[in-house]
Amino acid sequence: MRQGLPVERKGPATRSGFEDLRVVSAAARVPKSRILLLTLAVIALHEAGNLSLAWGLKHVASVALSPIPYLLAMLNPFVAAGMVFLSLWLLTRMALMSWADLSFALPLMAVGYVLAAVLGKFVLHESVNTAQWWGVALIFAGSALVGATPHQTHKPRGRS
Amino acid sequence: MKWVLLTVIVICTVLSDVLQSHEMKRSGAQRVNARGLARLLRTVATRRFLILSIVLMAISFFTFMALLQREPLSFAVPASAATFIFETMLAKWVLHEAVGKRRAAGALLVLCGVVLLSR
Repeated sequence: MRQGLPVERKGPATRSGFEDLRVVSAAARVPKSRILLLTLAVIALHEAGNLSLAWGLKHVASVALSPIPYLLAMLNPFVAAGMVFLSLWLLTRMALMSWADLSFALPLMAVGYVLAAVLGKFVLHESVNTAQWWGVALIFAGSALVGATPHQTHKPRGRS
Repeated sequence: MKWVLLTVIVICTVLSDVLQSHEMKRSGAQRVNARGLARLLRTVATRRFLILSIVLMAISFFTFMALLQREPLSFAVPASAATFIFETMLAKWVLHEAVGKRRAAGALLVLCGVVLLSR
């Protein structure tokens, strides 16, 4: 089975259509090392955003289903910085989705849970028990297993 | 109530990720420099499924916050990690990705790891 087949386009092969095909084919040529680097960037931006947001939201009195208290909290610089990090996280995550399969990217991004635990242990001096270290090992093992598979396997309907 | 919140989180997260992956595959490989991200932002503004996926992500986020107010992190994180399984299944059936034994086993290992890590 060929990997990274270009997405089939409906309608006549217009100039823009060929450009799209060229771009989609380029996705298959993105080296895995770049995908892993981008995944690390996505994880780092998510952690930075969450940390900044959590720090800023610490003093927000009411947390409810309504988003209004969060919107008001955006005036806090930590919350604002968190929003910037999370916006960049969203965009880089979308870019990652354009480079790799969902079933490839998702388990790899779970390494973020490990990062949170390790930061908790070594920066915040929180205790990490044996079961949690096993959890870290399993997440690494699962990510490594998925990371060893081809990063782009989706094929358009009707193709073999 | 916690199961209602959890169901909302799982459904919104799964739908958001599947829509996002579908749309980004259609868009082709994006660049991650400043120019590329600005272009991506314009793409988001013109694709209704991408906008919907961001709205679903926001609903999921606020519902997760509401769940955290009622339940400990040790329940909320592993329970919402159920999304790994559903998303892997939908990646195979809806996005037509080649989810073989290794990917399925990897997703399962990650799920078990998240459950253990959150205890």
